[in-house]
Parts: sequence; structure tokens; C-alpha cells
Amino acid sequence: MAGKKILLEHIDVPGINTYEVYRKMGGYRSVEKAIKSMSPDDVVEEVKKSGLRGRGGAGFPTGMKWSFLAKPEGRPRYLVCNADESEPGTFKDRYLMEKIPHALIEGMITSSYALGANTSYIYIRGEYFYVLRILEKAIAEAYANGFLGKNILGSGYDLDLYVHPGAGAYICGEETALLESLEGKRGNPRIKPPFPAVAGLYACPTVVNNVETIAAVAPIVNMGGDEYAKIGVGRSTGTKLISAGGHLNRPGVYEIELGVPVEEFIYSDEYCGGIKNGKKLKAVVAGGSSVPILPANLILKTANNEQRLMSYESLADGGFVSGTMLGSGGFIAFDEDSCIVRNTWNFARFYHHESCGQCSPCREGTGWMEKILHRLEYGHGKMSDIDLLVDVSKKIEGNTICPLGDAAAWPVASAIRHFRDEFEWHVNEPKLCLERNYGISQKHEVVM
Amino acid sequence: MADKIKVTIDGQHIEVEPGTTILNAARQIGGESVPPAMCYYSKLKGSGGKCRTCLVKVSKGSEKDPRPMPKLVASCQTQVMDGMEVENMTSPEVLEARKGVVEMLLINHPLDCPVCDQAGECDLQNLAYEHGAAGTRYEFERRKFNKINIGDKIQLHMTRCILCYRCVYTADQITDGRVHGILNRGDKAEISTYIAQAIDNDFSGNVIDVCPVGALTDKTFRFKNRVWFTKPVDAHRDCENPKCSGKVVLWYKGEEVLRVTGRKDQYGEVESFICNTCRFDKKKTNDWVIEGPRQIEDTSVISSNHYEMEHMLPVVEKDPELMEQNQKMFHKKIQ
Repeated sequence: MAGKKILLEHIDVPGINTYEVYRKMGGYRSVEKAIKSMSPDDVVEEVKKSGLRGRGGAGFPTGMKWSFLAKPEGRPRYLVCNADESEPGTFKDRYLMEKIPHALIEGMITSSYALGANTSYIYIRGEYFYVLRILEKAIAEAYANGFLGKNILGSGYDLDLYVHPGAGAYICGEETALLESLEGKRGNPRIKPPFPAVAGLYACPTVVNNVETIAAVAPIVNMGGDEYAKIGVGRSTGTKLISAGGHLNRPGVYEIELGVPVEEFIYSDEYCGGIKNGKKLKAVVAGGSSVPILPANLILKTANNEQRLMSYESLADGGFVSGTMLGSGGFIAFDEDSCIVRNTWNFARFYHHESCGQCSPCREGTGWMEKILHRLEYGHGKMSDIDLLVDVSKKIEGNTICPLGDAAAWPVASAIRHFRDEFEWHVNEPKLCLERNYGISQKHEVVM
Repeated sequence: MADKIKVTIDGQHIEVEPGTTILNAARQIGGESVPPAMCYYSKLKGSGGKCRTCLVKVSKGSEKDPRPMPKLVASCQTQVMDGMEVENMTSPEVLEARKGVVEMLLINHPLDCPVCDQAGECDLQNLAYEHGAAGTRYEFERRKFNKINIGDKIQLHMTRCILCYRCVYTADQITDGRVHGILNRGDKAEISTYIAQAIDNDFSGNVIDVCPVGALTDKTFRFKNRVWFTKPVDAHRDCENPKCSGKVVLWYKGEEVLRVTGRKDQYGEVESFICNTCRFDKKKTNDWVIEGPRQIEDTSVISSNHYEMEHMLPVVEKDPELMEQNQKMFHKKIQ
């Protein structure tokens, strides 16, 4: 399958970050097409036909999400772009916004038109402050050329677009916490229902979409939903940006057509070019730190010995027993020398740090898991700790307000499911582990 | 008026108003099936959903859509639907999850009940007794905070806090001029009075009553006595403050009023909020009109030191008139 590029088609064109070059390469055609020849409902219909699914992690069909938007009379509706990309291992949105900011802005205008929003926001991660400047410059250019502001292209449709930076909290990537933060409050997730489609930003109907999802709306309008649906495989249509990281020869952001075999993605020279230093692949986290980790044999082939593809369905094949999720596309590869316990501890530490502290299982459980994993990693663990970890992760999973609890529990549970022997090795041979991971000699006693 | 809707909780049917939450429907049934609640407070808008002790299983969504809900839901937040079937005490899954939540609530709780003023009337103590495990599996250091004085009458002992946010909502909704909130996040989150600025408000004392644990305590009562040695008496006064109901419970030790609190119902919620003058300054019997002894739940440790008849005296049992008088007096059935 040759790499079909849609979002990153013109990435190598010099000056693509400026309005002139972007326009020359066919930019803002979707805005013209939508506003001049389509009704908002037509645009929603095209997105539905395209089969586009949310690119932020959950993979919910975007068209369906849009059609849930309540449309009460006399109240504004909002479109909010979730650019709070903070999932460990994911950096695709930053790349897109940094290199082709107008792609997001074009998508925002077309999507806002489809949803009937006259004010839209891009909520960007606080750490991406320099990207915020890039976006603001691009927005100013769009205003200057009549694509934003009052009476866009003489159609009578008004749209104002704002960029709002977060303050560096992972939890604000959860859509309701994002809305709270955007309203100027503490970024705690809201209790659902009501869902944002009914009462979101300022208690008005709101759609929250990922950067990549919104950027994909422009090509969908340009080529038509049916045409877009032909790309990809099955219900995973279109292309997806994958942030490939870890022990790969060529890490980076790749645009893939959904349905590329995982094996091809890792080993072909077109993509990641194999594992660094000619080592063997040990494990892969396929969709950002929140999704279950899979050992090499299960990521390349499903449990039924079928080839595993980079698609929503194929990666999820086998459920959580032998499958994972496409998630946000943060593809992290581990070579044979990497330590799963250490990596799991690292993830657990992240979730402990980022838990908002609102509901008890996540607030207390994430910290507890981190402490147990720390103990295991540094050679003070007990065999019973492994089962305790599994139990704690079960007590968190599904019992929390927002998905952060699940996201914290899945990596731990899956690491133990697939790499239990390595956890046991840490308990039985703590000194060997320390020597492998940190190069500390066997004679040296480590004091925690 | 909209029609009432039918719900089944643990096999018991009840008809409730539309918009009622599962928890409130269960409270209308009463008894065993009421899920415990540590953060929900019916008088505080927006409270609830956080502690996760009230999780229940919805085994049938509604008459129209009989699918079960995929996850356990917080009963204090989930509204009932017509024909909904809920499992609380009958579901092993719920009991298991609740046990987990209790364990989570306790891992960073100091368990200093022997020196805690709340002991004996502590929601967490009751919850752990009913739903928790006997031992702990947590082997690490618990989080600690320094004690902070919130004004001269209230002390915040953050170490005991379970972050139910009730006091935050109280400060927000009952007092005017909010100076109270949450700082930091995760297990480092703490209640703050906005950079330690003291709460100076007529109704600030209510944060003591809403606190389910001993994190916010009455400094005028601290270490004075164990609650089960005191004798609660209902009383009222005409309070000058129009927002204050003046209906309180006086906690006596001998002739002395040791503390004044709002009247808490069986779910630990005050019937009405009272002002700081009533709570902290009126500690003489002649400030109050005494109504009579406070009825305390039989299960509460507070009632254990009071004279209660387990069985009716034989002479009373034989005389229906005496029996009636007795029942009137104690407002309850004596077997």
C-alpha cells in the first residue's frame, strides 16, 4: 500500500505555514465550497458518509457526534478544538499545527459552519506556547483575507476564532475538564450526563474535537465523503497521523492510510525502518501511553494468527486479553533490552502526577500503584505485589468520573498480563535487574 | 404534573418524581438499600459524584431501553428512568467496587480515630465499618499536612480530609464571598482558604457540620469530650440573623453545653444551616428553648450510653394505655 498523504500532502513545500503558499497549494477551497454551495447539514452529511472517526483517542464517529449536537433556539453553539495534546508518546498535533497551521484553521472554519457555531476556540496545551504564536499569526492572516470575521466570503456567516492556552495539565485534554478550564475554572472533569453536546461550554451545546479530526474535515469536503471513505480499511477510513517513537531507526510523525500492516509500519524503509541497532522488538504501545501494551508476537499477529493492521478494529482485535487500541496514534516501540517494569512505573508515575484528585479511586489508586511499581523496580518488591497491582488496577478501572482512571489502570494491568515473568524476575533477582537497568554492580546495596 | 415513574431497587418497587436520582429514590425506600454517600449533600447544589461510594449497578436501563448500563454508576448523580432496575446490596460487583473505594479512601487517611473529635459521628468510620476490610494492604507513608486555623473557631486538619468538596460548596453557596477552594491536584490536592486567608463569615461554621470526617473541627470543642459521653438535646432560639433557622442540637456534659451543631438526619445531613453566633457564642442553657432529647439512631455509638430499654417492662407490656404513652414519649417502637 503506497502511502497516500492527505493532511501532510504539502508538508515539504517551502513556506506552507504562510497563507499565500497554503492558498496557492489549494488551501481554503473547502471553506469556499462549503459556504458557497453547501448547507451546514450537507457538510455534516459528508462527514458522516466519510466514516471519519475521532483522532484524539476514543475513535468515536465524528459525523454521529456532530449530529448529537442540540440545536435550541436563541442559544449559541460552540466548536472547541482540543489541542491539549499531552498523552505520552503523542506529538502529531503539534507537528501539524507547527508546520501547516492553516490546515487546522481551514478545518475549524468549515466545521464551525457545519455546526452553526459563530465562536470557536482552539484550546492549546500550555507547553505549546510557541505553536500558539504560529496559530495566532495564521489566524490573523485568515482574518485579513476574509476567511474569518464578519460576513465570510459575502455569505453572511460570521465566525470568530480564538486560541486559548492551558496551564499544563494532562487532565485538561479530557473534554469536560477542557471546557471547565476554558471557562476559567479549575480543570476538573464534569460529571456526565449532561454531555457537552447538550450543555458544554458556558452551558451551551458544544462539540469538542481533536486537531487532526478537524483538519481532516477540509479534505473530506473537498473530495466528498464517499471518496474519503474509500481510503483505509473497513470502518477505519481515511489517513491517520502516527507519532512513532521509542527504539526505532526513524522515529517521527507519519501519515498512514489506515490498514497498513503493523509489521510494514515498523520495518519498512518507507516508515520507521526497523528497530534501532538491529535489535529485536520486545513490545509496542500502539496508541499513546493509555492503551494496553502488547508483546511483539501479539502486535505483529493477532491471537488468531492474522496479520495485525494499523486500524481501529484490527488493533482492538482480541479485546484487552490479546489486543489494544489505536488510541491517539502514539506508537512507542521497545527493543529487547528495555525494561517493562521500569516503563510501567514511568507511566504510572505520570498518571499519579496528572490525576486531578476529584474522585477517590483515581486520586488514591494512581499513587498507590506508582509506589508499588517503584518498589518492584528498585528491588524491594514482593511476589504478592504483582497480584496487588492487578487488584488495585481493577478497583480503579471503570469506577472513576473520567477515563483517566481507566488510562492509568490499563497499562499496568496489560503489562502484568503479558510480562508477568519479568515482574517476577524483578522480585526474585532484584540485583540482576538493577544491574541491567542501571548498571549498578551486584555487590552494591541500593538504599531506597 | 408529570407522571411518577417506577423504579426497582434491590427488588423493592417505588414510584418517584421524574428527575429524582437513584440515591434519593433509595432514600425514599430507606433501610439497607440506601447506598452510602460521602460527598453528596442534598442541600448543596453540584455536590456528589466524587467519592464513588454510592456506585450501583443498573441492570435494566428503562422500560424503553432495557439494556444494562455498561459501568457502575454514581447513584447520587444518575437520574431514574421509568422501569429502571437497580442493584445495590444484591450485586456482588457493587459490593466489591465499594470495598475498593473504601480502601482507597482509607489509604491516605491517618486512622487517628482515638484522638479525633469526629470519632463516633464520623461518616468514614461508619462506612469503613460497614463496607471496608479489616486490614490494610497499603504499606507506604501516608500523606501529611500541617494543621491550619481557619479563623479562631475552626481548625482544618487536612491530613484527615477525603476531598469530598462539601465544604467548598458550602463556602460557595451558604456563605457570601467565597474564600475557600482546592489547591493542587491528585493526592496532593488540599482544601485551602485562598492562601490561608481566614473565613470570616456568619455561616462559615457550617463547614464543620458538612465535613464527613474530622478534617474541619470546632475549636471550641476540640479535645473537650468524646461525643458518646455527651447528651444531645434539641433546642431552638429566635436568631437575629434572618438566614439562620436557629434550630440546633446542644451537646451537654452535665450542666454544661460543650458544643452546638445543626440537626443532622440519618444520612448525616443537617436539616438547616445555622449561623456562627448560634454555633459558637450561645453556650448557655438559658440562651435556648429546650425541646427534648435528640433521637439518635440505635446503631450510633452516641446512643450507647443513654438509658434505652431493650425490652418493655412487663408491667407496661400488659397495659395498652401505658404502652401508648411510652411510645409517644420515645417516638419509636419499643419491642
